[in-house]
Amino acid sequence: MTKDEVFNKLNEIFRDVFDDESIIVNDSTTAKDIEGWDSLMHITLISEIEDCFNIRFAMKDVTNMKNVGDMANIILETI
Amino acid sequence: MMRELEYPFDSKLIIRKKIKMLRMLKSDGLLRVKKNVAILGGSTTNDIKLCLELFLLNYGIEPIFYESDYNQYYQEALFPTKELVDFKPDCIYIFTTNRNITRYPSLTDSLESVEYLLNSEYEKYKTIWGSLSKTFKCPIIQNNFEKIHYRLLGNRDGYDKHGKTHFINCLNQKFAEYAQTHDDFYICDVDYISADFGLSYWHDMEYWYMYKYALSLEAIPVLSFNVANIIKSVFGKNKKGFVLDLDNTLWGGVVGDDGVDNIEIGLEEPIGQAFLEFQEYIKEHKNLGVVLNIDSKNDYENAVAGLNHPDGILKPNDFIIIKANWEQKDKNFIEISNLLSLLPESLVFIDDNPAERLIINEQIPGVCAPELGSVQDYIRVIDHAGYFESTIISSDDINRNQMYRENVEREQIKLKFNNYSDYLLNLNMKATIGPFEPSLMARISQLSNKSNQFNLTTRRYTQNEIEKISLNSQYIDICGRLEDRFGDNGLTSVVIGHQIGEDVNIDLWIMSCRVLKRCLEFAMMNEFVTICNRRKVKKINGFYYPTKKNSMVRDFYYLHGFKKVYEDIDGNTKWELITKDYEYKETPIIVNQQGE
Repeated sequence: MTKDEVFNKLNEIFRDVFDDESIIVNDSTTAKDIEGWDSLMHITLISEIEDCFNIRFAMKDVTNMKNVGDMANIILETI
Repeated sequence: MMRELEYPFDSKLIIRKKIKMLRMLKSDGLLRVKKNVAILGGSTTNDIKLCLELFLLNYGIEPIFYESDYNQYYQEALFPTKELVDFKPDCIYIFTTNRNITRYPSLTDSLESVEYLLNSEYEKYKTIWGSLSKTFKCPIIQNNFEKIHYRLLGNRDGYDKHGKTHFINCLNQKFAEYAQTHDDFYICDVDYISADFGLSYWHDMEYWYMYKYALSLEAIPVLSFNVANIIKSVFGKNKKGFVLDLDNTLWGGVVGDDGVDNIEIGLEEPIGQAFLEFQEYIKEHKNLGVVLNIDSKNDYENAVAGLNHPDGILKPNDFIIIKANWEQKDKNFIEISNLLSLLPESLVFIDDNPAERLIINEQIPGVCAPELGSVQDYIRVIDHAGYFESTIISSDDINRNQMYRENVEREQIKLKFNNYSDYLLNLNMKATIGPFEPSLMARISQLSNKSNQFNLTTRRYTQNEIEKISLNSQYIDICGRLEDRFGDNGLTSVVIGHQIGEDVNIDLWIMSCRVLKRCLEFAMMNEFVTICNRRKVKKINGFYYPTKKNSMVRDFYYLHGFKKVYEDIDGNTKWELITKDYEYKETPIIVNQQGE
């Protein structure tokens, strides 16, 4: 899977989870950029990404992710 | 109604799209009853609350939430925050799990100290419940405990007094005993639903360590759905009956084509056995007061012949109405609901044929027509949907089928009389009208929550509130029971008045549609005015608040001689009666008063 394909899937997930069709995420997107992305929605988000890519993030990864770019890199390393 | 929120639902879809679903439900324009729900949590409850909101909205209840601070259920129950007190909950849900158990026995503990541990754990909860019910006097829903994710002693863990599994079982038993002896207290049976879900999937250790979620994300909709079922039942939103198909629903095969001797029912072969167990399951609902009816495309004779199959357990007289003809099913369905004086959406449509379910769904919005699957799935699908969640069982429930049957017989007799008043006289009606009695409290509260059509103000009361009213001399509380030659209709009308000086406001006036057009409301008004006279009341104020369902009583006060004194743009009206001007009405009912 290419990074673009990962981002396409991530966009889909973000749009569903935050109920906003206009969301486009990129490497530097953080929680501050998206309305409603708080620690609780983060849980839903992580779980949706895990299901979608059929992976499980390591606990330390979840804690250390700084932005969507980190997220995408971990996904690309794992799948 | 949002299909995605009906059982069997897709938990993952709900988790992913909950924000969108919430937005759609909140903007669908439906009127919903508002309820204040307080959640006191022993771990993270945010997603539980969100999912609960979805399911309650889908049941016609708009919840407003109070959430305790993280793991503050104990402190907030004993020392409620001002915010919680001001919130005035209509219902409190205590979300605790085995993560909140303070200490388990260890293998070296003496049996006495195991007993001591058990009691002190239980006492903690008992104190919470006592304090909450004293302060808030509202229904309390308490989780029991799910089993933990390991068994130190293996199978022995379940029966050794030191086993954690055994400890949890004992605690759950104590919770159940408390529920058996306390009104307005309900157990959310997490022990059952976690087992049903699969304990290994219910627990998700990572979510516990990382986010303090005591159950997996996917289990949350299941839990919230279960809590929503209890809440909607407490607030009178249970379904009331089944409308069932016959061929391939209650037996295998098509009776008209295959002949009675060839339909599949009975213990002789596997498919017949599955249908037999399903028939038994349906029949058990009669004791809950659930009414059974048939809506089948069949010749009537064939339908009855099928039901008389010697190996079947449901017989024609188990049903109130049997519609077996070649009409469209939605037309039959509406006729059934009219004959029973029930709203169509209070009946559940059970049919193996997706095309028929689609017609019902499209023609009669709000009716549940579950996707049944194959016969071996029928019971699970219907049961897990929680249509008839029984939070309160009153003696009237057990007799309800009989009452509906008598009602249908009355309808048939009516045809024999030339005029309606002859018919009413012929019914030999006797009413018992009197104040609320202790044995009637559950039924009175149930009626206040269930009545939608003959209901002037649509106020809902919990059993606790009803009990308080009956003890408060400021209130005039009467209820009426109606009997006739066909039988006892049970408690069917409730009136609550509220005296302020020389005025009385009528807070609640309801009557069950079972006894519409029987003049019971006039007998009740006679009695109400008599009591008002005795209490030197000069003026009685009546109120009518229109809803989608209660237009039948728009002119109620006019018919009873009240004068309209106010009307606003929404159609809310206020009416007055000068007590001494009241003209007593003659009714075809012999009234037996049971002193104030």
